[in-house]
Amino acid sequence: MTDSAVIPLPHASPTATRRSAYGRWVRPALKHVVLTACALLMLYPLLWMVASSLRPTSEIFKHAGILVSKPHLSNYSNGWNAFQDPFSHYLWNSVILVVGCIVGNLISCSMAAYAFARLEFWGKRGWFAIMLLTLMLPIHVIIVPQYVLFSQLGWVNTFLPLIVPKFLAVDAFFIFLMVQFIRGIPRELDEAAQLDGAGHARIFGRILLPLMVPVLATTAIFTFIWTWNDFYSQLIYLTNPDKYTTPLALRAFVDAQSATDWGAVFAMNVVSLAPVFVIFLVGQRFLLRGIATTGGK
Amino acid sequence: MSAVNELRTIGSARTTQKRQNKAAFAFLLPWLIGLFGITIGPMAVSLYLSFTDYNLLQSPDFIGLHNFHRMLADERLHKSLEVTFTYVVVSVPLQLGLALLLAYVLDKGVRGLSLYRSVFYLPSLIGGSFAVAVLWRNMFGTNGLINQVLGALGIQGQGWISEPNTALGTLIILNAWTFGSPMVIFLAGLRQIPTSLYEAASVDGAGKARQFFSITLPLLTPIIFFNLVLQIIHAFQSFTQAFVVSGGSGGPADSTLFYSLYLYQRGFGNFDMGYASALAWFLLLIVGALTALNFWFAKFWVFYDD
Repeated sequence: MTDSAVIPLPHASPTATRRSAYGRWVRPALKHVVLTACALLMLYPLLWMVASSLRPTSEIFKHAGILVSKPHLSNYSNGWNAFQDPFSHYLWNSVILVVGCIVGNLISCSMAAYAFARLEFWGKRGWFAIMLLTLMLPIHVIIVPQYVLFSQLGWVNTFLPLIVPKFLAVDAFFIFLMVQFIRGIPRELDEAAQLDGAGHARIFGRILLPLMVPVLATTAIFTFIWTWNDFYSQLIYLTNPDKYTTPLALRAFVDAQSATDWGAVFAMNVVSLAPVFVIFLVGQRFLLRGIATTGGK
Repeated sequence: MSAVNELRTIGSARTTQKRQNKAAFAFLLPWLIGLFGITIGPMAVSLYLSFTDYNLLQSPDFIGLHNFHRMLADERLHKSLEVTFTYVVVSVPLQLGLALLLAYVLDKGVRGLSLYRSVFYLPSLIGGSFAVAVLWRNMFGTNGLINQVLGALGIQGQGWISEPNTALGTLIILNAWTFGSPMVIFLAGLRQIPTSLYEAASVDGAGKARQFFSITLPLLTPIIFFNLVLQIIHAFQSFTQAFVVSGGSGGPADSTLFYSLYLYQRGFGNFDMGYASALAWFLLLIVGALTALNFWFAKFWVFYDD
């Protein structure tokens, strides 16, 4: 990125030299002070949450600070064992769900994207428009009949209503993301393979998929975070405590505690957000690229 | 660059290549099954259900327009529309304004840009999670962080969440807090504006403010539009925050009764599936109409290069 604000302009030299000390030191410094203050303000609630998870419950609502002199780790063991099963059970349920959704999205969305990006077929533009429109469809519009359908199939209280749709490419966002990506891959590669007698399955599997690793990573990471954070559809389909995912377990905890053991609640809050932080740190370049090219959610 | 632009330009090009129907539909098969089996099919079913009385146990009972008549007289529904519209109208411009402001400041060249960007982006990844909603409920509670800070400044706080006048405000702040995702999109857009434009304007004696309003803002309007369309649709569907903050009730005094929350209460609390379907279709009409209106208004303020 070029630093256009600092490039001196030829005709402006007299004022530029007079203002250079200001322009070079004071202004950037002021900018950093303001930006750092903003960043701290943004992060403060999260830091306070972590600090509170390390304080005895009786202390939490007496402190606005984020420094903890004696970390009180028992919140974590209390929260971990506060449920019917240890908290790991619910984390594990979330992991199973997330993995299923990632596999489903990777397979089904990449297949659809290949057709939209590389093949000519009947009604292509119409199908593509429909795909883009489903991107904007509120989930609430279809949740009632979907629930009726899945409950008749006997799928309530299984992960199937949450995972199977991903194998049917309902997350149009990722199809669109991959279409954009494939359009950037030179067609000569496909054509060369075609001359060598490769069919579409081979071109897709052997040529394009290996080149699509960055966009597949973006898809996997977004699917992870969105599925991990999703509460609405899990609340609707999973009512058996044994099948509870992390947010459902948190909800049961918050309801049962009714404002008693907030230290333990905060501790489990931190535990439930930790995987998202880790994924964010590891995969943020894929995240930022994905959202910058297609616009995120 | 965006889904919105694609939709806008669809139909403008013509294809001459020969079709590969068999292969294409094979690749599209999962998507087509999903489209008809769990999207369009259910939408049609829910349209039918909206004319019935249905509680999941007995088969649907056709009652004509009765559900829609009920909607006209349903005061909680009217309240939830008021709450949701207030939320969307206040929080989306606030969120996008912050996003644009920060993107503009960061784009003008700052050391450590990627660190700031990450910090600002992070909340938008977790803002919709259950855990953050629980945190919010505590922060704005009577003894929460906000009141401690206010207390230290000598200001007497109040129970922000338990007060009908302020409860929705806490959710608006939560949505504004997640400005990072539109900010990243703005940043990408700002980078596509050629530096030569600014240089030329500068030579012509245009100041920073003039440059912002005459170059940056007009060239950014397609992206502002894109963010606006998506964030409005997104905000209309907000659920978890209100569910957690009000304990599922939409209270106090229905002041956080988001439309989606009311729909959930009718459908999955009372198993009043016919009425919930009518609510769902009404939501689709609202979102569809708002999006169409957005596209129509775009003619007057969005500047397209092509």
